[in-house]
Amino acid sequence: MPSTLSDSTARVAHVSSPLISLRSVDAGYRNSTVLHDVTLSVSRDSFTGIVGPSGAGKTTLLRLLLGSMKPQRGVIDRAARLPVSYVPQLETVDWNFPATVSECVLMSRAARRVPWASRAERGEVAAVLDRLGIGDLGERHIRELSGGQQQRMFLARALIRKPQLLLLDEPTSGVDISTRHAVLHLLADLHADGMGIVLTTHDLNGIAAHLPHLVCVNKHIVAEGTPEEVITPDVLEETFGAQMEVLQHLGMLVVVDPGGPRRMVS
Amino acid sequence: MDTLLDPLSYAFFQKGLIVATISGALLGFIGVYIVLRGMSYIGHGLSHAIFGGYAAMQLFAAQLYVLGAGLWGVASALAITNVARRSRLGADAAIGVVTTASFALGVALFARFGSSGPAFDNALFGSILGITNAQIFWLLVVTAFTGIVVFTRYRALMFTTFDPEVANVSGVRTGRTEALLMVMLSLAILVTLTVIGVTLVAAMLVIPAVIARMLTDSFAKMLVLSTVVGSFAGLVGMYASYFAEVPSGAMIVLVGAVIFIIVLAATGARGLRRSAGLDSHTETPARQGVR
Repeated sequence: MPSTLSDSTARVAHVSSPLISLRSVDAGYRNSTVLHDVTLSVSRDSFTGIVGPSGAGKTTLLRLLLGSMKPQRGVIDRAARLPVSYVPQLETVDWNFPATVSECVLMSRAARRVPWASRAERGEVAAVLDRLGIGDLGERHIRELSGGQQQRMFLARALIRKPQLLLLDEPTSGVDISTRHAVLHLLADLHADGMGIVLTTHDLNGIAAHLPHLVCVNKHIVAEGTPEEVITPDVLEETFGAQMEVLQHLGMLVVVDPGGPRRMVS
Repeated sequence: MDTLLDPLSYAFFQKGLIVATISGALLGFIGVYIVLRGMSYIGHGLSHAIFGGYAAMQLFAAQLYVLGAGLWGVASALAITNVARRSRLGADAAIGVVTTASFALGVALFARFGSSGPAFDNALFGSILGITNAQIFWLLVVTAFTGIVVFTRYRALMFTTFDPEVANVSGVRTGRTEALLMVMLSLAILVTLTVIGVTLVAAMLVIPAVIARMLTDSFAKMLVLSTVVGSFAGLVGMYASYFAEVPSGAMIVLVGAVIFIIVLAATGARGLRRSAGLDSHTETPARQGVR
């Protein structure tokens, strides 16, 4: 898997100008500030993982990039008429809502002035569902999908808008290992097609170590760079507030939490 | 048979039947959005808020009551939305303050300047007496307006109901869409108030939509079913009220409740699973904001 992600990144020419730039941004909710002094740029070349513990401000940073949240201080520059799509966390959604997969995907085309789908739209939905491997689930109720299928449906809803930038909040949270691999490969393919991708994760070994670029966050940007540059004991301790060891295994970085639970051996 | 057809010989009953059927359909239709958003309490609160405007207009300018009470209702709805969104006061608390104060004002106005006679009772429990052509006209106007808005904004309304945060970043003006929904709700309550009654309007917003949800997993079918159930309850309830000699609003709601029990028995666990969570006043994590 890591070689695939690296290959996909290599196929993207690093010539794009920033789509969104944050300069010295503070952000938060009401009177509390969650993020301090954030400076970050995102372009179509980006395939970036935002890494940090719960409450570190990962989702807040994603919201700033989305434009759904205004900064308390600082400047955000955004390319004009930038098509951005967002994939939320699975657990934030009411899966009992009465909608089929196709209906859910078509929500992204909200500007249409009649309720039913055009022939062209039906073709687009079928094509994007096929690409994501759920082409036969269009008429199924969203509650009847597995976690991986729900994630793919949200990706389909995001992709049908043809975004230049795709933002994902914990895209592999709650899915099994094979689905996690499949989602990562899919994102790598999308990136190879020229789509900027930014995702949040707290999964260091399963996700972060496989991405070409990481931003470690804990109320501020602790470090930014390749996994080799930022997955270090010092950066991880500052980010997660716990001591961790970093090992090399078959050319891969592996993070070990020595304070984690151990199996009792008599 | 003649006994069944007997009430149709009265003009007032014919008007009542038309208004009750269309009212049930309108409340059932818009109730889908209210129920799926977990906003049943707003429907309940708004009907009480509009009572204040209704009372004021009945006493001082009865011929303009649709306009005055309508503005009152829309202002109340927008005030609730605004207070809940911008302040630290929760939606429940905002509704508690705005709507009960308005309801209390209506009661005070009737007590001080009017009587607690038929007008007061009719507003609370609904009546088929004295329905005017103007009321039918305004009911048809609001029904047509709601239908056109839902038709042309179908996906935006559905997206905002399902996932407002993603809808917002996907280009849907969710604030405007929510305000539009509130306006439609206020107007629907206003034009159905005289037949259904303040205290029972909320039930007709909720019951048909919950029944429809128990019967289908499709949003479009839920809209159609809820409308059909609402209009059926309105029609049968109005007819039954004539023979039972009870207020029309109470009978319409009772018919809706009977349909609910029948559907619940027929759909069993499946229906319950589909309707699970519809009564929640608590906002979903998507609406609360996740950090």
